[in-house]
Amino acid sequence: MIEVKPMEYEAVIGLEVHAELSTKSKIFCSCTTEFGGQPNTHCCPICLGMPGTLPVLNKKAVEYAIKAGLATNCTISLFTKQDRKNYFYPDLPKGYQISQYDLPLCKDGYVEIETENGKKKIRINRIHIEEDAGKLVHSEYGNYSFVDYNRTGVPLIEIVSEPDISSAAEAKAYLEKLKAILQFIGVSDCKMEEGSLRADVNISVRPKGSKQLGERTEMKNLNSFRAVYRAIEAEVARQIEVIKSGGVIHRETRRWDDAKGESYPMRSKEDAQDYRYFPEPDLPPLIIKKELIERLKNELPELPDARKQRYISEYGLPEYDAGVLTSSKELSDFFEEAAKASTNVKAVSNWVMGDMLRILREKNMEIAEIPFPPAYPAKLVALIDKGVINGPTAKKVFEEMFDTGKDPETIVKEQGLEVLNDESVLLEVVERVIQENPNSVADYKKGKKKAIGFLVGQAMKATKGKANPQLINELLIKKLEG
Amino acid sequence: MKLHEYTISQLHDLISKREISVPELTRYMLDRIESLDSKLECYITVTEKQAMEQAEKVQKMIDDGTLNSPLAGIPMGIKDNICTRGIPTTCASKMLSNFVPPYDAHVVKKLYDNGAVLLGKLNMDEFAMGSSTESSHFKKTKNPWDTERVPGGSSGGSAAAVAAGEAIYALGSDTGGSIRQPASFCGCVGLKPTYGLVSRFGLVAYASSFDQIGPLTKTVTDCALVLNAIAGHDPMDLTSSRRQHPDYTKALINDVKGMKIGVPREFIDDSVQKDIRDAVLNAVKVFSDLGARCEEISIPIMEYVVPTYYIIALAEASFNLARYDGVKFGYRAANPKDMLDFCMRSRSEGFGTEVKRRILLGTYVLSSGYYDAYYKKALKARTIITREFNKAFEEYDIIIGPVSPTTAYRIGEKINDPVQMYMEDIFTVPVNIAGLPAISIPCGFDSKSLPIGLQIIGKRFDETTIIRAAYTFEQNTDFHKARPSLNE
Ligand SMILES: [Zn+2]
Repeated sequence: MIEVKPMEYEAVIGLEVHAELSTKSKIFCSCTTEFGGQPNTHCCPICLGMPGTLPVLNKKAVEYAIKAGLATNCTISLFTKQDRKNYFYPDLPKGYQISQYDLPLCKDGYVEIETENGKKKIRINRIHIEEDAGKLVHSEYGNYSFVDYNRTGVPLIEIVSEPDISSAAEAKAYLEKLKAILQFIGVSDCKMEEGSLRADVNISVRPKGSKQLGERTEMKNLNSFRAVYRAIEAEVARQIEVIKSGGVIHRETRRWDDAKGESYPMRSKEDAQDYRYFPEPDLPPLIIKKELIERLKNELPELPDARKQRYISEYGLPEYDAGVLTSSKELSDFFEEAAKASTNVKAVSNWVMGDMLRILREKNMEIAEIPFPPAYPAKLVALIDKGVINGPTAKKVFEEMFDTGKDPETIVKEQGLEVLNDESVLLEVVERVIQENPNSVADYKKGKKKAIGFLVGQAMKATKGKANPQLINELLIKKLEG
Repeated sequence: MKLHEYTISQLHDLISKREISVPELTRYMLDRIESLDSKLECYITVTEKQAMEQAEKVQKMIDDGTLNSPLAGIPMGIKDNICTRGIPTTCASKMLSNFVPPYDAHVVKKLYDNGAVLLGKLNMDEFAMGSSTESSHFKKTKNPWDTERVPGGSSGGSAAAVAAGEAIYALGSDTGGSIRQPASFCGCVGLKPTYGLVSRFGLVAYASSFDQIGPLTKTVTDCALVLNAIAGHDPMDLTSSRRQHPDYTKALINDVKGMKIGVPREFIDDSVQKDIRDAVLNAVKVFSDLGARCEEISIPIMEYVVPTYYIIALAEASFNLARYDGVKFGYRAANPKDMLDFCMRSRSEGFGTEVKRRILLGTYVLSSGYYDAYYKKALKARTIITREFNKAFEEYDIIIGPVSPTTAYRIGEKINDPVQMYMEDIFTVPVNIAGLPAISIPCGFDSKSLPIGLQIIGKRFDETTIIRAAYTFEQNTDFHKARPSLNE
């Protein structure tokens, strides 16, 4: 086993991200893009590539792609065209994919990510439009394969980054930022589990400080951000190990097996596909008018970075909190609604970032599945601030909200969870605790002031945690000293 | 005169005057096909039942006064690479022998709207790849003027059917001469419209940037009538032009006075069969005598047109034919070992020799390492060829010349020499390269009494001038009146 000293090498990583555009209809026909459906029910002669049919470009797909370009600081090409890319596979009905080769719709952009060493710009080489392929399903029962063409012709954008990424963490941050941007501008729902966001990763390593790029490998079949992260870690380590043991890296495509945490060579450079790109003769060149770009620019909503700045300046949130809260559109929109309903935004943000995200993780839930409106966490904060409930009770109420979707005020009322502030009631409790714990009382009187803590705890227990601990403390001291 | 010898306009007259009913006419044509087609083999599919039903329906609409088109009730045939809903569309290939499209081509819809009666689907070279109709998987169509000879191609079935009266008119498709050359071999009128004038939706693609659908008819008047029906924008074809097209019958004017006609010397050199050259020079004289100004011009790039055409056409074809993998439609190999074997054998067994040759050539010229030397260079040549023609059209209204360097040759004579066959496309392919319109009209006969075609090339979207010149020539000559004897 060769010792890997990560300080000696650095990774150079570029990402190719495919995002399905959330247009209603497919890119070249009027079929729906809706996910799911019985196999081969969302297709027509055009997306099946039947003889004699011709593609008609969906203008919405072009507009969505331009928006993605504008939101990632790209230059939009005023003259662009589409090309045919050859590859044979039964899930590709025409035997070629309509994509873009030398004149992509958007180019030369960037997005900014947070790294350990501060902000970093990841440059985007290009964004182009293309059509998605279908899906091959191999039969478990016999020597058959089936093809489902429902996804065939769903519009995609491919976002190609420059090799500006140097670690798995940066790659993950870049992907998260892209996802947030695409969701914020509403052009893709970016659901990795439905395949609407996919990433291929190009990885090479080189001695730290070297200007020359090492030979790179391409990693495919990355189905989650976690897979991207793990695959990069594993591949960087593998390459370093190969080089240190005197080997060379071969240009190849590798397939990531997430279950095993390993990758395998799929094909080498020698049998690389010859795509034989050539201009799509069925689609005239696209002339993009400046007015269209202006209109789309004006249509862009507040982007994650801008929203983050606003959270800092308007709500006074720390930069980190603002970053987390704007990492996804759903989360940010939820928080925004909650914040509007509250006078204590900082407390609301703590609940949303802390307990809410934790519960969602534990329950494996999406924000969209939260059974109560965003105003409820604000109400919960108000109950605490008014002293109606205490912190520990609030945590319980919050959990209960996830189970029942009920208003926190209702939960508190139904279960009688209000803080006990009634001195006469609490005095009774205190007296009972003193009677029942003579040893602790004796300890206290001997000067062991710490014993008071135990007694408060007993009193709280007796009130099922509802008592105002401050008040109990005062009453106990008064009784014991008096 | 027998019914099948009538033109569209004459039959329209007879139908309008109730001298004949559409079902009678259709029955007559079906009977004629029945008796003649075993000899000529023009049709792949005869749609007898649909034709009679259509005829009844059209007659009723004529009677009701709801249909008033010059094409109403006229029986016609369609090349078998143009999709017809519910009717097999085979491209004369084993690959599509079982393919029944669930849609009509745009032009088919338009013809139906005009009350056309479809007699059947016409034979052609497999996937329109060829110029003799010999590469058809199903049958070899005979030239009605000499059944030992080819009808030309790839729209050989369409041209032979019109010449022999097995259809009053037909639709063909022209990628590099596939309407004009068979029209010239069979002595009929064939028009390749400007690229973009007629929708390609439903035309099975061969070379998408060259393919155009056009009419084959007995006369220039009929040509104008059919063109009126099929031309025009189609939102389903983004390469179809949005411009309003004129009424082409308005161009049927017997007058070419002052028309400027260019005759490229490269079109009438020694490579052209002598009697064809004589016929073309005679046509020049006819036009001059009628007051046109004919001048010899030069198009120096002619030696590059055939390679340019074949490189681009086959590159496009290699992609267009990639969809035939046996998965979704068409021929499917039996008992495949695995998925790769399934696709490979379906293609190997489903395509004929010429189609495979062209797919391989097209794949080759686009392959990395050869791309720049072939495909890229061909694109540059295309630009130059287009410019040369446009330059000529700054001075001249039309350019005339032969359609083909030879008349119809014997079946089997050239099938084993593909390069020679490709070279004979020299006068037709530049028109497709430059996206221009061109017509072939009868202009004489060779020593064996085989028809000779005159090609008239026009400016982009200027079919009007072509039709006017062709009409004038027709009105002042008798070549179009000759009919093959067919030993009838
Ligand atoms: Zn569709």
